[in-house]
Amino acid sequence: MSKSGLELFAQLIGELDSSTKTNDKLFALSNYFSQAPMPDRVWVIALFSGRRPRRIVGSTALQIWCAAQTALPDWLLAECYHTVGDLAETIALLLPGNTHSTDTHNLSYYIEALQKLEKESEETKRHFVITQWQQLHKDALFAFNKLITGGFRIGISQKMMVNALATSVQLDPSIIALRISGKWDPATTSFEALLSNDPQEKDFSKPYPFYLAHALEEAPQNLGDIEEWQAEWKWDGIRGQLIKRNGEIYVWSRGEELMTDKFPEYASLKNKLPDGIVLDGEIIPAKNGQPLPFALLQTRIGRKNISKKQLEEVPIAFFAYDLLEWQDQDIRDWPLEKRVHLLSNIVNNANLPHQLLLSKPIQATSWEELITIRNDSRSMLAEGLMLKRKNSIYQVGRKTGDWWKWKIDPLTIDAVMIYAQKGHGRRSNLYTDYTFAVKDGDKLVSFTKAYSGLTDKEFLQVDDFVKKNAIEKFGPVRTVKPELVFEIAFEGIAASNRHKSGVALRFPRILRWRKDKTVDDINTIADLKKLLALYGK
Amino acid sequence: MPLIEFTDKGLYCTAGDFYIDPWRPVPYAVITHAHSDHARYGSGVYLCHHLTKPLLQLRLGNNSYEAVAWNEAVYRNGVKISLHPAGHIIGSSQIRIEHKGEVWVVSGDYKTVDDGISHIFEPVRCHTFITESTFGLPIYQWQSQSIIFEQIGNWILRNQEQNISSILIAYSLGKAQRILQAIESVTDTIWVHGAIWNTHQTLKAAGIHLPEVKRVTAETLKADLKNAVVIAPPGADGSPWLKRFNPYAVGVCSGWMQVRGNKRRNNADAGFVLSDHADWNGLLSAIEATGAQKVFVTHGFQSVLSRYLNEKGIEAAEVKTAYGEEEVEKEDTP
Repeated sequence: MSKSGLELFAQLIGELDSSTKTNDKLFALSNYFSQAPMPDRVWVIALFSGRRPRRIVGSTALQIWCAAQTALPDWLLAECYHTVGDLAETIALLLPGNTHSTDTHNLSYYIEALQKLEKESEETKRHFVITQWQQLHKDALFAFNKLITGGFRIGISQKMMVNALATSVQLDPSIIALRISGKWDPATTSFEALLSNDPQEKDFSKPYPFYLAHALEEAPQNLGDIEEWQAEWKWDGIRGQLIKRNGEIYVWSRGEELMTDKFPEYASLKNKLPDGIVLDGEIIPAKNGQPLPFALLQTRIGRKNISKKQLEEVPIAFFAYDLLEWQDQDIRDWPLEKRVHLLSNIVNNANLPHQLLLSKPIQATSWEELITIRNDSRSMLAEGLMLKRKNSIYQVGRKTGDWWKWKIDPLTIDAVMIYAQKGHGRRSNLYTDYTFAVKDGDKLVSFTKAYSGLTDKEFLQVDDFVKKNAIEKFGPVRTVKPELVFEIAFEGIAASNRHKSGVALRFPRILRWRKDKTVDDINTIADLKKLLALYGK
Repeated sequence: MPLIEFTDKGLYCTAGDFYIDPWRPVPYAVITHAHSDHARYGSGVYLCHHLTKPLLQLRLGNNSYEAVAWNEAVYRNGVKISLHPAGHIIGSSQIRIEHKGEVWVVSGDYKTVDDGISHIFEPVRCHTFITESTFGLPIYQWQSQSIIFEQIGNWILRNQEQNISSILIAYSLGKAQRILQAIESVTDTIWVHGAIWNTHQTLKAAGIHLPEVKRVTAETLKADLKNAVVIAPPGADGSPWLKRFNPYAVGVCSGWMQVRGNKRRNNADAGFVLSDHADWNGLLSAIEATGAQKVFVTHGFQSVLSRYLNEKGIEAAEVKTAYGEEEVEKEDTP
């Protein structure tokens, strides 16, 4: 008996989940792309590239329905959810599932059926979902639930998807990457149209795949003659592409999210920029050409509607550092120097110093001089420097050799763990999400959470400590004996009245477990305030 | 005074002056089963089942052992002690204690389904039941052993088609013997890690019927290990010891494989949901069958299970013990 679209999809998830090698994942994906129904293929590309369908049922409703189906109390379902770390999976594990074979449909059938329910009553939605819960097999249940909750966490990079598609589609990988990034609606796009040799209509919004840099681990002197290199500040914003084509402006983030509407500031560029250009740069809040802290940018991107006050207080600019397209022509294979020269002309001619700036190359005649300049990064609100070979072309993805990010060391502080919570995904049922505190007199005051930075083995040890030293329980959170000391690293610090400590950290993570230190040795709130005074502007 | 108290050395019966599965040395210890978090070094006398004794000798060396059969009574200070099958591993027992008409049962680790090698779990009526709760959440519901064995068999056959060795990760005592039944139907030669070999020899000498296995040693020729089927303990997973089987795939046999995140964390090529502990329904049915008015819940999801029991009208409380969720495997030489 041949498998239905949903079963094939469930099988794909199972295979991707259980394969530990990139090649096995690639094999499973390309196998899927060569046999799945056409509309399903489009949806899988969409789902695994973060284009989840609109959510039509909330988590709470799903939990209530599941509790009713299984006759379990709400709190027990919540405990299960905290342990599994994924609601779709929790529900699939709790429901009995259909043990008889029944007809199931294509993946696209379920997605479309769910989408049609958007405007329907809660009761109609409930009826549809519960009917599927009763009809589907256990394996298919998880896949179905995931269509509602989204977030596959399946570890498929865009590159892997492109490579998998390249085995069954007669297109160059870079063209596939170009096609599947950008704006398209899986509900109205056919597989043929998405990946055909001859697209019926031109998509003017399409960005290029970003060229990403590795971190420079060795001394810059090893890169050779400084004359061959261009240095720039590495800005602390959102990497983005600013596109002007066909009289319109489009702004893409590196996460391949179209963000044009979030930044109305960029609308003024429409009449000042020539047609047929793509700029690569950084989306940063800035006043009078000076960057503002990243924390302020976060107050802007979280909102659907931006108030006048926000536009005045946190204006957004674009710091351009590369030009990928000019006069409708892909110029990524030009040398960097030539691209940047053209770029500076475009920026100067636009003459909008509050919205569009050139991220100017830094002049230095020796590596030593550049090292001194780099030490000033924090006062420039930069994360360090970028080093780019002057004759480099603009490549696709993270490549070694021509571009390097050369970040300054993070700020650090020693703190004690006081709360722990179980993680998600591969950290399910393990206490991996921690809250840390510094000393305030003889009290402890929490100041940050951190989720990353320990090895799997260390996480197991801390998990064991939490299980043995939990004091109190607040929902999924455990308060633990303040004993384990960690060195916390972060990129920036800002004043905050949302946090008890009065500070908010940028990108906090665990640098190392200080087994040599006790809670008496940790830093104080005064130390944090000192860092805030130094770097918090 | 309750018949059993929870002390910093373990579960203690004052009236009979003995401990059950103590985690510190005591004069007299009653042992439920031979896993290292339940049977520890240093106690004066160990009382255990006949089949547990050789395993304790293997793991703890020479001590003073008293071995009994299931349902055979032993008296200490007028307290009646008897052991009853727990179905967890070979020799694993529940401990029943009776004093002046009051009956307590300590479950140790248990499972309620028949695995074919450990004696099947016997429900024992009691007033107070002390139960484990390793898998005390309703997300843990096991499929039948035959289905999991079929999965293991098919996985081995698929690997063999592709000329890949199959490494099955299983605890050296319990799971390793249990999965032999699944493996012997698909292969003639079963290779085992040294830790499993030792346990295997001990059990055979104790009269347990087990299939023939071959020990992997430093002298074993690589050519003999082509396409091999191997059982190895968790400690060997991810270690250089596995290199000799290249190319190979790793399958982990554990109840924890029920959740995707755990499977991914283990970095296993395959996860087989096979546990020697009772699942959620197994725990509930076992507790109900005891008829106990009071239940103490130990190691695992004790707060969840005890709250659930209280809501169902069975008085329950959680107890902290030093038993692990998983057995600690000693790194034996291969």
